[in-house]
Amino acid sequence: MTPTDRPAFSAGTPAGQSAQPAPPHTDPLLSVRNLTMTFPGRRGRSAAVRAVDGVSFDVAAGETLGLVGESGCGKSTTGRMIVRLLEPTGGSVSYDGRDISHLAQRELRPLRREIQMVFQDPHSSLNPRQTVARIIADPLLVQGSPAADARRRAAELMELVGLIPEHIDRYPHEFSGGQAQRIGIARSLATSPRLVVADEPVSALDVSVQAQIVNLMERLQGELGLAYLFIAHDLSVVKRVCDRVAVMYLGRIVEIGPRERVYTAPAHPYTRALLSAVPLPDPVAERSRERITLLGDPPSPAAPPPGCTFHPRCLKAQAICRSEAPVLSIAAHGGTRQVACHFPEAA
Amino acid sequence: MAAEPETLLSVRDLSVTFQAEGGPVRAVDSLGFEVHRGRTLGIVGESGSGKSVTSMAVMGLHTGAQVTGSITLDGRELVGLAERDLNRLRGRKMAMVFQDPLSSLHPYYTVGEQIAEHHRVHFGSRRAAARRRAVEMLAEVGIPEPKRRAGEYPHQFSGGMRQRVMIAMALACEPELLIADEPTTALDVTVQAQILELIARIQQERSLAVVLITHDLGVVARVAHEVLVMYGGRAAEQAPVEAVFAAPAHPYTRGLLDSLPRLDDADDAPLRAIPGSPPSLLAPAPGCAFVPRCPRAAAAGTDASERCERVRPRLVASDGRAVACHLPLSPAIAPTDRTRKVIP
Repeated sequence: MTPTDRPAFSAGTPAGQSAQPAPPHTDPLLSVRNLTMTFPGRRGRSAAVRAVDGVSFDVAAGETLGLVGESGCGKSTTGRMIVRLLEPTGGSVSYDGRDISHLAQRELRPLRREIQMVFQDPHSSLNPRQTVARIIADPLLVQGSPAADARRRAAELMELVGLIPEHIDRYPHEFSGGQAQRIGIARSLATSPRLVVADEPVSALDVSVQAQIVNLMERLQGELGLAYLFIAHDLSVVKRVCDRVAVMYLGRIVEIGPRERVYTAPAHPYTRALLSAVPLPDPVAERSRERITLLGDPPSPAAPPPGCTFHPRCLKAQAICRSEAPVLSIAAHGGTRQVACHFPEAA
Repeated sequence: MAAEPETLLSVRDLSVTFQAEGGPVRAVDSLGFEVHRGRTLGIVGESGSGKSVTSMAVMGLHTGAQVTGSITLDGRELVGLAERDLNRLRGRKMAMVFQDPLSSLHPYYTVGEQIAEHHRVHFGSRRAAARRRAVEMLAEVGIPEPKRRAGEYPHQFSGGMRQRVMIAMALACEPELLIADEPTTALDVTVQAQILELIARIQQERSLAVVLITHDLGVVARVAHEVLVMYGGRAAEQAPVEAVFAAPAHPYTRGLLDSLPRLDDADDAPLRAIPGSPPSLLAPAPGCAFVPRCPRAAAAGTDASERCERVRPRLVASDGRAVACHLPLSPAIAPTDRTRKVIP
């Protein structure tokens, strides 16, 4: 049941994006097709790096897609292409039915209202020489709001994210890490976006503060109907916040589907290993767990292995895995979940 | 269980004070713990809890700070020991692995040279013998083609392999105590699993005493035998690992466990977050450091909460565990009523 209104896929790319059985009249808010980013190498010194290699997914209005993977898997690069901090070298990003992958900066400006970003390190993503009022109001000023309105809105937003509006004239260093991340979130909400790309929004925070920010983001989603692309390496956090989850390995999505299916019955050997590597805060359960320990490190995206890029670390690898890259397709009994593996686990 | 484990490291009433611009800052305050041979003590805490300062104090690496109290390693007092004597112990009796292996390795020397240097310094061994030892150590920590890899530079190794190199270097002189300060925090989760397994294997083979410092309660649950929870430079709670997770006695420990998102959560109820943020050491509270965030102090009557605010709780031991709290949780209370499910 391939929707007819979607572009055809070029050969050799993950096909079968038909897995979402969404009714045809609800177009996704964000639609990413065959997205690719190749960073050029330095002439004669290093090879080009394909950081993202044919990634496709949708995010519906009001939903959260979790994007997980280890360092270097291309999850942040994917996020930066979606907010167009990077211009993709291949494929497309469509927002609300419009292809935004190659828009010029001037054309992007109205879109910046709609798509916002929250960064990992709250302090380094806030200008230390600006007051909170200026930081939060900045997106509005850029969009042409009068200064007094922008300031009033900044105070409202501070209240919304659980900060004290009286602190509006303070500077970022006067806030703790968790409070600074609230400022970053308030800034991202200033223009009333519909999509927020959050790149590791809690991983720089203290453990006791992470839950506050996770709860805040969930509450805001409910109140404002936001859609999140939640990029993180922490599988426990992603499980908490997402409706669907995509697992990336070396620039490609190896598994994507509803959260329950991916977490309770992972079909890709990498997903299984990843989940089994997460330590549980429970010594009794930890001792009785059967762990799959992967050997070696993720390979370099500058020299990806042939065939399935996971095969050198995969316990199930066969001859075909070394020669032929698996395409993302619906797993047996997998419902709407897709997996890129020649020998997926039976669900 | 066999005989009582033998105590290797004993810390008593340890305080570490730094001179800062605004006056003295006590980063570690009246801390005490023991580490046994063949066992792992997990020290858990957030930023500013004093966990790393503690490990540096044990290694004698605080040159500018005032260190008081007692640290004995295998019966020998380390506080006040001359630098020359400490140098003899560092590497030979105790060794440390840091969070970021790249910044702890020298970029200009091959990893083989760096491991071998240790051996030459401590054993006066010849170049060739030390070099052989380096290759042996690389093999022991699971680095493939150790002979070739010994001739490579740190930047040629991946993050996980670099951490293996650090462990090889730490263990080259067969220390009895290994302090690992966030050894897997900079690593991916699949690589973290490898490193934790490596440390556990080496610990068993050598009956090594390990102090593992981390913010990750999952890592502690996986590898520690005993747990010390630190907050604001002090011990909040100390107990065998099962007890800490099954029935935390300190409201902070319980708050941490309740606020963690977990893979085995069966429902989506909002996380029970701890309000506020970790305390600043620049303006320490006279009483318990956790009071401003503590639900039990808030729920208690005025008299009780005033006591929490005014009087520092002392670490009180009973039943093989200890807690520093005026209003400890009864150990019978399970940490959470959240539903869990069994996960693979």
